[in-house]
Amino acid sequence: MTGAPLEITDVAYRWSGRSGFSLTVPDLSVAKGESVLLLGESGSGKSTLLSLICGTIVPDQGRVCIAGTDITSLSGGARDKFRAEQIGVIFQQFNLLPFGSLLDNILLPLRFAPARRKRVSDATAEATALCAALGLPADAIYAKATALSVGQQQRVAVARALIGQPPLIIADEPTSALDANSQSAFLDLLFAQTTKHNTSLLMVSHDPRLGERFDRVIQMEDIAQIERASV
Amino acid sequence: MIMRLAIASLGARALTVGMTILAIGLSVALFLGVEKVRTGAKASFADTISGTDLIVGARSGSVQLLLYSVFRIGNATNNVTWESYQDIAARPEVDWIVPISLGDSHRQFRVMGTSRAFFEHYKYRQGRSLAVSDGVIMDDLFDTVIGADVAATMGYSIGDPIIVAHGLASFTEHKDQPFRVSGILEKTGTPVDRTVIVSMEAIEAIHVDWKSGAKVPGQSTPADVIRNMELTPKAVTAVLVGVESPLQIFSLQRAINEYTEEPLLAILPGVALQELWSIVGIAETALLAVSSLVVVTALIGMMATIFSSLNERRREMAIFRAMGARPSTILSMLVLEAMLMAAVGALFGLVLLYIGLIIAQPILDSAYGLWLPINAPTMREVWVVLAVICAGAIVSLVPALRAYRLSVADGMMVKT
Repeated sequence: MTGAPLEITDVAYRWSGRSGFSLTVPDLSVAKGESVLLLGESGSGKSTLLSLICGTIVPDQGRVCIAGTDITSLSGGARDKFRAEQIGVIFQQFNLLPFGSLLDNILLPLRFAPARRKRVSDATAEATALCAALGLPADAIYAKATALSVGQQQRVAVARALIGQPPLIIADEPTSALDANSQSAFLDLLFAQTTKHNTSLLMVSHDPRLGERFDRVIQMEDIAQIERASV
Repeated sequence: MIMRLAIASLGARALTVGMTILAIGLSVALFLGVEKVRTGAKASFADTISGTDLIVGARSGSVQLLLYSVFRIGNATNNVTWESYQDIAARPEVDWIVPISLGDSHRQFRVMGTSRAFFEHYKYRQGRSLAVSDGVIMDDLFDTVIGADVAATMGYSIGDPIIVAHGLASFTEHKDQPFRVSGILEKTGTPVDRTVIVSMEAIEAIHVDWKSGAKVPGQSTPADVIRNMELTPKAVTAVLVGVESPLQIFSLQRAINEYTEEPLLAILPGVALQELWSIVGIAETALLAVSSLVVVTALIGMMATIFSSLNERRREMAIFRAMGARPSTILSMLVLEAMLMAAVGALFGLVLLYIGLIIAQPILDSAYGLWLPINAPTMREVWVVLAVICAGAIVSLVPALRAYRLSVADGMMVKT
């Protein structure tokens, strides 16, 4: 795999629905194994930026390179598959399919990513190991996702993001639904895993207190410009 | 895995999914049930008379002749003279011949005069013969054998007296010559069930004191005098004929139709039944149309269920998208779900049909003489099930396309 896990160059995106909202990101990159905290208030374009990185939306201009591949040059279906192969995604909350078991949820990205699937020799063993490393009960992988607490569900989401070792993990305020103690414990577990696997982490938050634990902290307003035409 | 998740997702919404499956199941059971009754009725109808090669009557229409001779509906315009009857009976092609004399009634039931040969040669439902469930076939002049419905409706048992009325819906009765019930026939599901059967001679006997359709005033011949009289019929209403060889049916039919002494009509029962069914059959088409609309309604209900589930499932779809599922995968998952529901519903309907058949078969047979065979699913039924699954997939495309558009718009970010 060549190239940085994430490299954004001269990206501009304009929302087609809401007139006058546009986002430009001249330069953003995350190095291999680096953990980056991206701070920004709501409405600062964080979500749009994450969608651009994940390839569910395409910039009007510029390049979004993930692990050396410019995803803006890929077709929609290829971008979806590429995301499955290269990026582990952790949401704010409601990460899991409520009707699936933990195992189903953890293995879900492998279903759409054959190469990532191949990197995992024994998926069930791998999922069990990840769960154990993340402090989840050993027998929990066959439990329904809804049987877990919110904190446990977030840890399952981490296991799902990590399985098959994608080069980049994108986390969208994964701790906002947790209390302070759980936040800290969650980050301990997350960092232990990303360090172990040398995985890059881009985490988005509005909480500057988390910053000290990351290699680098960037402010949304420093890397991106938002324009809103007055209505 | 997707299949398993789709099933798990359905399981998580067990109540609404269950209701949808129930609705589809009931509609499919109704549709297949109507289909069964329809084919069963058609078969029962065609089975009303079998083994008879020709029905002969005075010249009229073939359906009319069939209606009055077999179904006891309507009246003959004219009779066949006894001489013609004997001429036909004497023809070499004729294997057996049964005269039928109609015109009198008992309450709401027709009285039919015939010979003993009727019980030998009248066949229904692929060659089944008439049989008495109680008593014997009449052997006295004033004996009568009654159909199962007559016995059930009137509460008659062996030995009960019956007074035959002259004509239909008439107030003049043949009071002087009461009949005695000698036998009760088994239920056949044919018009025989609603018939009072007497001998040809008995028909003559009760009309001894009658001239030109009216009773001769003051004249009453005692029964024992009648017994000694010559009771050869002067005319018959219709004749059932069996031929020696099936090859002779058409030549005999032509010969009877070209009979010069009297205008006669010979019909093939099967052909006339087909002709009659093509008239009755319009109702079956209407029935089929209504029951297929019920299936369509159930499928539209399923579509509504999927639609209403979309909003609460946007989060779920966003997770799938984040994990790398394409919008088209979301679409096919919803279609797969709908097909699963339709398939389970249709199979459930098939099960309901068989349960219903097992329960209803003896009831329908005894009450209406409608015999519905319980067979393995026919190709037609398999096609119905497949069609329901396909139709389920098609109607689910509407909500699935909406889910597709939603998942393109939402990407992996749903702000709810």
